[in-house]
Amino acid sequence: MELLLLAVGTIAVGVLGCMAWFWGSNFVLDQLLPPRGPKAGDNIRRAGLIRPWLFLGPAILFLGVYLVYPVLNSIWLSMFNGSSTEYVGGSNYAWLAQDAKFRESMINNFFWLLIVPALATLFGLIAAQLTDRIRWGNFGKSLIFMPMAISFVGAGVIWKFIYEYREPGTEQIGLLNAIWQSLGGTAQTWLTLQPVNNFFLMIVLVWIQTGFAMVILSAALRGIPEETIEAAVLDGASPWQIFFKIKVPQILGTIAVVWTTITITVLKVFDIVFVMTNGQWGTQVLANLMYDWMFRGTPDYGRGSAIAIVLMILVLPIMIWNIRNVRREMR
Amino acid sequence: MEGMAGQKSTLTWAVNLAALFLVVLWTIPTAGLFVSSFRDRDQIAATGWWKSLTSSEQTDFVRTGNAEDQKQDGAVYVLEGNVLTEGQKLVGWGTSARNPAAYKGGESADVDGAKLTVDEDGAYRMESATPFTMKRGERIFVTTASPPKFTLANYGRVLGAEGIGRAFMNTMTVTIPATIIPILIAAFAAYALAWMEFPGRALLTAVVVGLLVVPLQVALIPLLRLHNDLGIGKGYLGIWLAHTGFGLPLAIYLLRNYMAGLPREVIESARVDGATEFQIFRKIILPLSFPALASFAIFQFLWVWNDLLVATVFLGNTREQLVMTGVLRELMGSKGGEWEILATSAFISISVPLIVFFAMQKYLVRGLLAGSVKGG
Repeated sequence: MELLLLAVGTIAVGVLGCMAWFWGSNFVLDQLLPPRGPKAGDNIRRAGLIRPWLFLGPAILFLGVYLVYPVLNSIWLSMFNGSSTEYVGGSNYAWLAQDAKFRESMINNFFWLLIVPALATLFGLIAAQLTDRIRWGNFGKSLIFMPMAISFVGAGVIWKFIYEYREPGTEQIGLLNAIWQSLGGTAQTWLTLQPVNNFFLMIVLVWIQTGFAMVILSAALRGIPEETIEAAVLDGASPWQIFFKIKVPQILGTIAVVWTTITITVLKVFDIVFVMTNGQWGTQVLANLMYDWMFRGTPDYGRGSAIAIVLMILVLPIMIWNIRNVRREMR
Repeated sequence: MEGMAGQKSTLTWAVNLAALFLVVLWTIPTAGLFVSSFRDRDQIAATGWWKSLTSSEQTDFVRTGNAEDQKQDGAVYVLEGNVLTEGQKLVGWGTSARNPAAYKGGESADVDGAKLTVDEDGAYRMESATPFTMKRGERIFVTTASPPKFTLANYGRVLGAEGIGRAFMNTMTVTIPATIIPILIAAFAAYALAWMEFPGRALLTAVVVGLLVVPLQVALIPLLRLHNDLGIGKGYLGIWLAHTGFGLPLAIYLLRNYMAGLPREVIESARVDGATEFQIFRKIILPLSFPALASFAIFQFLWVWNDLLVATVFLGNTREQLVMTGVLRELMGSKGGEWEILATSAFISISVPLIVFFAMQKYLVRGLLAGSVKGG
């Protein structure tokens, strides 16, 4: 109960505090530089220079402290030893280069990056195309979209029920093994089966992300001008040709956006690996490796930060691409 | 013409079937969890959830009474009892684990010189010409069928005793302020970026877009140290601040895009009428931006509710502080075998996001489209 009070109190304090800042600072500004009297014009101009920063102030403070500072600080920390007491230069990175677990993580991340965005986009495209053409399409869309709302941990539990293993020949309670056994296979512990266990983890993320791809691609497909499709129909194009030669080329831009958005999610993937295998059996990924160095046993902030910076560098090209797109649009 | 119409309906059928296949494939995993959370604990471990409507077979053993329980019945010594518990039906029984259904109900078998009979109704009778001397009873292996059983007991147990109730409250406490506060801060900033002229506006917008993709992992170590240095340590204040910071880029970006699309005339004429920027923001911009505010609120709510990483790092792992994802993680590690607890806890934790999702889907979709198609 006192928790709820705490939460409600915080909301009140937070909201009132914000309102007080925005209202109060604007009020003070208007008192100091009143938009009336002999110097009204001058005052309005000067107040106009200050006011945006009052509106932006809290946001800039938060962005600075919680995102910009950590990035810079991480670069700094990655050049220190585990307890951040001694400058070690690039030796954390040199250590990374020869570490077997790091190499394994890089290779796994590479395959995650290759497979998850491709499959999620592909399934999303198929789902969008199919559900747009049927009467119960919106209902179907909701159900495919639903996993988006489920946490990675929840998804981990859900898929644990699918990958569960029992002695071969006995009653299987995991769906995958039950199907596999009824087809004549021997029950497997899928999550320890190297290297395909990585693929079984990826499927979980594909399952979650397909809905996202579907929603966006479906909107893009509907935005295609009718005339182009009608013209193709008149020319006698088959449904397949219409889809692959007329529709897909017109939404390539959106496909790229979906692909990069999922790529970002994949790079940061942590929870799924963390709860399902914890990086054992050859399934380690960068985000989980970093967590290991940060919190398991004696924390090693130097190596943890170095791995974080590697992640940051991997994200950088997409960041630059995004910024360029937005700047072009603003012009 | 007829041929074409025929082709068309075949195609419609194919599309419907393919869509149905996809939808079922995507729904089955969640459905499995949902069904499992209502099943009896023994049945979850015995059969797959897809068989939950048929009766399940189980194998177990029961011990007969020992020497002390025997009765004399004329010339023979007798041990009697029942191998079934309520609701079970006997499929078969046996005297060794290797063949637990060797005999049918009503048949007899020889056990160390005694004659053992188990009836259909589970009643057993063991007769011997000499007195029984064993200290522990003989084992009778029974294969039983239980009718399908659904129960709310899992929910009762999980909500009451397993710490999920507490975790639910913790998650709420984390989520609600962490959803509301960034909206407010972002709305003001977005207005400034969309409608105020000042040097550095383009640069700031670019910075916000850049920060959208910064991996959270980069922020963990520096912020944890910062919080410790400031004396915030691990606690609610820290996690609220962290989620606010992490949510801001998306919030500002979404709201800026939306506000920039509002009609210029409305704002210009308000300015001409002498309204202050603060009045314009509060009376015109904020009400008009409601769809975008709702979109972001849903994103942030889902993200904070579902988060594990930020909560683990900034809130700590004591039982009083665990959020639901944290509890689930612990359950997966330590109680991998207690399926009913795991399934029920997981379903409770995903039920709130699912409700929000289905109720507010329109805004979620709108936000996604504004965030990626337009802005890209």
